[in-house]
Amino acid sequence: MTDDPQITDPRFDGPGPDATWHAGLARGIVAIQRCGGCGAHQAPPSLLCRACGAPAPGFVDASGKATVYSATTIRRRDGAYNVSIVELAEGPRLMSRVEGDPEAVRIGMALTARIVEEDGIPVLVFDPAPAGGAA
Amino acid sequence: MADANRGRIAIVGTGITNRWEAPGRTAFDQAQEAALLALEDAGLTTRDVDGLFCSLSASGTPVLNVAERLGLTLRHADGTMVGGSSFVFHLRSALGALSAGLCDVALVTYGSNQRSAGGKLVAMPDPQPYELPYRPLYPISSYALAAARHMHEHGTTREQLASIAVAARDWARMNPAAMERGPLGIDDVLASRVVSDPLTKLDCCLVTDGGGALVLTRADRAKDHAAPVYLLGVGSAVSHRQIAAMPDLTTTAAAQSGREAYRMAGLGPGEIDHVMLYDAFTICTLMFLEDLGFCTKGEGGAFAASGAIAPGGSLPVNTNGGGLSCNHPGMYGIFTVIEAAEQLRGRCGARQVPGAEVALAHANGGVLSSQATAILGAPSTI
Ligand SMILES: [Zn+2]
Repeated sequence: MTDDPQITDPRFDGPGPDATWHAGLARGIVAIQRCGGCGAHQAPPSLLCRACGAPAPGFVDASGKATVYSATTIRRRDGAYNVSIVELAEGPRLMSRVEGDPEAVRIGMALTARIVEEDGIPVLVFDPAPAGGAA
Repeated sequence: MADANRGRIAIVGTGITNRWEAPGRTAFDQAQEAALLALEDAGLTTRDVDGLFCSLSASGTPVLNVAERLGLTLRHADGTMVGGSSFVFHLRSALGALSAGLCDVALVTYGSNQRSAGGKLVAMPDPQPYELPYRPLYPISSYALAAARHMHEHGTTREQLASIAVAARDWARMNPAAMERGPLGIDDVLASRVVSDPLTKLDCCLVTDGGGALVLTRADRAKDHAAPVYLLGVGSAVSHRQIAAMPDLTTTAAAQSGREAYRMAGLGPGEIDHVMLYDAFTICTLMFLEDLGFCTKGEGGAFAASGAIAPGGSLPVNTNGGGLSCNHPGMYGIFTVIEAAEQLRGRCGARQVPGAEVALAHANGGVLSSQATAILGAPSTI
């Protein structure tokens, strides 16, 4: 075995990018990728950097600071809730939810990340940042 | 010098079932009826078809199912699935296949029974794990997020969005085949139930059954048919799958697909007589007007609210009544091409655009994800 040539590419060894993201959330971490080649951040993760094409970008912990890029209130018979696109301070955008009153969510509002458990699965949500806080 | 692909192929037959509420019929029934109508319109039979371009929400292997049911013997097939714009992607593929001699008679067909089958917009068959926990309504919440951002950046208003639904209805009132033909005012749209802010129920397309089909040949053969409509230009583009991955929520990839279609056709937005824009939601019409150059970015709301796109306005848009008021069987793109072709053939009765020689049909898929633009011309443009 030890003398066999490597038949798989070691750059892609280990858990896949989606698995790394979910494992991060389970440990209370928002793991986003930072490309060693061009420096771009990205999330959701991928096997390569979408900005420059470099393979297997590594993971870093996101700051958890973000702003609302766009927001909608979904109105159902059993209540209203927010769905937002949040822009992380590092740049990537993700769909998420801003907690609290959905009517109070505004584009540009500063947010702080929080990981909650829903149906046994860790889910990334955001709280409005305290005044003078994250921006 | 004109692009070699300009006018190289032509639509020689169109088929539309006009069965928008048809319990007891399958998606395949609708697709087959549309195909037969299109072939009869072209003076051809299923024996003549050697290329099939087909995409259905109801089937993961649409080419196989439709070819079996129609009894086709195929040399070429394309089941490209990029949502509601698939059929305009098929036009671009058919341009390549017909030009290269891979097939001689191309059939593009679609059918749906989504209204009878459950009355909901059919989700694309690929759940999105990075969206799922947040319970967005698919697909309206994605369009609502684009609309909210457009309002934020450009001051677009709900009244302006509502004017798009009203213009579509005013056109539908002149189309005996349109599903919704009752009077509609701005206040009606604003007063309807908000589903996902800022979009109300009346900012959303209909949910209907239906089928549509096109038959295409190379231009040299098209002359033998009664009313050929030439493909002057066609462009396609994909920008994302999930709405959060859209590079800029206020500019769609229609800017790219349109640029390519205009380049191939050697035409600009000022030379288009008739326009079909895929209106799954009012915000779609607004953004495509901007991205295809009919007005500047940020002016789509004011342009629509001025009455420009309504009957009697300067730019006839969605003359069949659109997805908002005519029909929307899940993947609507083929109907933008059918109405554009029928306008150029002068077959549109009360809603006919007088003297229309050049039409633009634009289609959208996913959640503003895929965009495709076709520019069609009457024989006088060749
Ligand atoms: Zn990179």
